Amino acid sequence: MIEFIQLLINGILLGSILALGAVGATMIFGVLRFAHFAHGDLMAIGAYFALTVVTVFNLPVLAALPVAMLLTAGLAVGIDQVVYRRIRRVQPVILLIASFATALVLRSFIQMVWGSSNEVYETGIQLPWRIGPLTLKPDHLLIFVAATVLVIGVHLFLTRTKMGKAMRAMSDNMNLALVTGIPADRVIMWTWAIGGALAAAAGVFLGMDTRLHPVMGWTLLLPIFAATILGGIGRPYGAILGGLVIGCAMELSTLIIPGSYKPAVAFAIMVVTLIFRPQGIIKGSV
Amino acid sequence: MSLLQANGLYAGYGGVDILRGTHLRVEADEIVVIVGPNGAGKSTAMKAVFGLVPIREGRVAYMGEDITNRPPERMVTRGIAYVPQESNVFPSLTVMENLELGAYALSGDHRPRMEKVFEIFPRLKERRHQQAGVMSGGERQMVAMGRALMVDPHLLMLDEPTAGLSPRLIDETFERIKGINELGIGVLMVEQNARQALAAADRGYVLATGENRYEDTGPALLANPEVAEMFLGG
Repeated sequence: MIEFIQLLINGILLGSILALGAVGATMIFGVLRFAHFAHGDLMAIGAYFALTVVTVFNLPVLAALPVAMLLTAGLAVGIDQVVYRRIRRVQPVILLIASFATALVLRSFIQMVWGSSNEVYETGIQLPWRIGPLTLKPDHLLIFVAATVLVIGVHLFLTRTKMGKAMRAMSDNMNLALVTGIPADRVIMWTWAIGGALAAAAGVFLGMDTRLHPVMGWTLLLPIFAATILGGIGRPYGAILGGLVIGCAMELSTLIIPGSYKPAVAFAIMVVTLIFRPQGIIKGSV
Repeated sequence: MSLLQANGLYAGYGGVDILRGTHLRVEADEIVVIVGPNGAGKSTAMKAVFGLVPIREGRVAYMGEDITNRPPERMVTRGIAYVPQESNVFPSLTVMENLELGAYALSGDHRPRMEKVFEIFPRLKERRHQQAGVMSGGERQMVAMGRALMVDPHLLMLDEPTAGLSPRLIDETFERIKGINELGIGVLMVEQNARQALAAADRGYVLATGENRYEDTGPALLANPEVAEMFLGG
């Protein structure tokens, strides 16, 4: 039982990281209709941006987080303008392949600039809190709180602002958004900015929880897509739920199967979802 | 000066002309209906006027200003609103959000306009927090028209507003359209329920294979035996 609760805590932590990645991926899918394969590497580069801020200015990670989010948002918008925008009108599969290429470029860029060895934000040992038989690292609480704040921020953005509503509208019905006079290009830019910022946050949290390495985002892409599909493609709230479910399932699975099979659990959930409820928990737009 | 005047339109998809010299005119206080058999180019004519299908030849003028091939968002800000035939609401958004987005392209406070829409469709006020996707067909049609009215249009374009509605709702919809017209909004619509539509309209066009066949007042077209035989099913 203790082990179960401990794993559940780990699962919620992993889940909130996945959720942040999945919200961005699902919004990009909803608005642009393609699976963004470079999303994991966008997370990684966000984590490395934060690393630079932490080491150069000697700041705590949490202070570096907004900078990393801003830089990654700008990078995502830039990539869209340079790479994706010109091929937007062709088949979505071409966009998908282009995003795959972007993923490779980003990863190589990380290796070029920061090297391919493991990095950490803070060296030294963080003393975990002991709550009865359970252990909790202060960082874990920090990640959970920060992720929750970001998710609430996304919620307020989507429901209270004109741009957020326009984003949901475009994800709902692209053609109607066009005839309503919603400026597609502006909405797309905002989608990338927010998707990029959330990806960076997910990357930083992942780096805080474990360590930084160039493939840290890429390896998380599958669980993120699984969360996106489970939650209903194009549905931000579904993606949050999907992320938490996948995260918990991955951690809890170690009770019965070896830990190295964690990604397989995400994959299995994705396959089962696609077979039995392809529209996801919250009916997706695709 | 006419509210809308389209002359000699040639337009279509992928180099194939669906419209072949079509012309249309709507006066400021009119309800004008386009009828005709399937594939006549009725919907294409609407889309071409609204800038959704590229016009290869011909000219569209709105209040004397050339608006040929303008992008839809420019149409909206000039006071032309268009309601597509199918999937014409944002299903996961609430009624209020649907209406709000209708006014996206306009600056200023949208609340007075929303109150106006609620006056025309009291039912929408009751259900304003409802998701549009779970509403009935008739209610969705109200949301769609309400969304279009949020830009305070001078010209309202409706593509088959009664498609898929029950006979009772069809009558109601035509009454509503007349009511909207009485507010001083010109209406251009495409209709399958040709008889009822012509009865509600000031003028009508009969389109076939992308060309104008007949053009007259609504009652005159209804009384025309040729039109009745060929296009209204006897």
